[in-house]
Amino acid sequence: MLEITNLSHTYGNGPTAHNALGGIDLKVAQGELVCIVGPSGCGKSTLLRSIAGLLRPSGGQVTLNGAQVEQTPDNLAVVFQDYSRSLFPWMSVVDNVSLPLRRKGMDKRQRGQAAMEALEEVGLDGAAAKYPWQLSGGMQQRVSIARALAYRPALLLMDEPFGSVDAQTREDLEDLTLRVRNLHNMTIVLITHDIDESVYVGDRVVVLSKAPAGIVGDLRVDLPGPRDQITTREHPDFVHLRAEVGRLVRGMRSPSPSAS
Amino acid sequence: MNGLLRGAVRLWPVPVVLLLWELLTRGIEMLSFPPPSQIATSMYTMWLTGPAERLWLTDAALTNIPVSVGRLLSGWVLAGVVGIVLGVALGRSPLLFRFIDPLVQFARAIPPPMLLAFFMALFSIGPRMQISFIAFGIVWPVLINASEGARQVDRQHLDTARVFGLSGGERLFRIILPSAMPKIFAGLRVSLSLALILMVLSELVGSTDGIGFQLLDAQRSYDFSGVWGTIVVLGVLGYVFNSAFLAAERRVLSWHRSAKQTT
Repeated sequence: MLEITNLSHTYGNGPTAHNALGGIDLKVAQGELVCIVGPSGCGKSTLLRSIAGLLRPSGGQVTLNGAQVEQTPDNLAVVFQDYSRSLFPWMSVVDNVSLPLRRKGMDKRQRGQAAMEALEEVGLDGAAAKYPWQLSGGMQQRVSIARALAYRPALLLMDEPFGSVDAQTREDLEDLTLRVRNLHNMTIVLITHDIDESVYVGDRVVVLSKAPAGIVGDLRVDLPGPRDQITTREHPDFVHLRAEVGRLVRGMRSPSPSAS
Repeated sequence: MNGLLRGAVRLWPVPVVLLLWELLTRGIEMLSFPPPSQIATSMYTMWLTGPAERLWLTDAALTNIPVSVGRLLSGWVLAGVVGIVLGVALGRSPLLFRFIDPLVQFARAIPPPMLLAFFMALFSIGPRMQISFIAFGIVWPVLINASEGARQVDRQHLDTARVFGLSGGERLFRIILPSAMPKIFAGLRVSLSLALILMVLSELVGSTDGIGFQLLDAQRSYDFSGVWGTIVVLGVLGYVFNSAFLAAERRVLSWHRSAKQTT
């Protein structure tokens, strides 16, 4: 459903040009949860912005359900890392969730109902009338997830969605993502720099190299389900996979022989 | 009750200063510095000796004060609308900014009193001239703040709006304007106090009624306690407007204050 062919992007030009993406080919099937992992500053966010249509890449193309992405597609939602800058502080939680639904041609009552259903799914139906800044970081990120769920996107992009919350909340949000994904059979591309997270959450882990980013590994995660924070993480396959992903990420990070 | 008492205690300097002022002015006996009691009497005869069925308000009170307040508020509202519309447009459009900003900087550098003659020639003496003069003089704080506020909308808020496909109107009214609102309110507040000054100024030269006219009238007839009385009324008006504005701001921007306190 998502097809990326030979995607490249360079910021600026001349001697200060920064080559962020160096020709990426990737296919994501319907209902798949793909984790993209790579060292920080490797161009993960550039990749995400290209898929979301927020950035026009210098080369290559992105197609979503057969249509080339030129502007922001109408069947795609994003959960950003920085929830405090993604939710609107002047709107209540339920208004934040229902705002994008105007585009779906729903009337006011339908929008409110859809927003409440989504908030219920993330366990926040009691906080609908509150404002985002009255909630903890983890709860605010749940609101972002609810907003994306209510939107019913064909593709959900998550940009380091759990990077700004504490470890316990992080595990809760990972499980929440898995649960809603199973419920709606959503296609999700999740970007992270956390190797354990990518293996725990993903059906597939795609490893990017340092900038200019290229794909250096594409591993299928075949862990017995349903996944569980304790037992899955001690499963031999999990341990093996995270070591392999770690090696791929690190392999690209270590200095080249000529530099040492 | 407790709060009322505490408020009363906090106001202790007021009677003390009034008393000192009274003693001092009685002592020096200068015509241009009448004692406060005389100012109060003069204010009373000027505004509060009318017939009972009009709440004792005199003709002067019923014409001059509402007329002045009307001009002030009309000028302020006009400046607010023009300032917000133009400011947001300048803040969101770099092209427009490049063309219009030099003009804005030029126009706002002119001291408003210098423009009185220009506005009198343009509109001749009357409320049109006064309102447009007030509006022109006070539009700049609103315009510049609105432009700054609209320019500094969080990039990720705009990205979010784009991803979720908000229309241009939704982006303007639900993202850009609320983001810029704290800055716009700061500008509106400065403009409101400037409006009072320019209102008096416009009435000193081109008017036959209003508080400024009454001030000039009192001065011309050597009625110094009348001059001081009008000054007191202007001070009270400024205080009332500022308090009312702050109360409105607290309501409209409650999200802003609370969001800042918790993050």
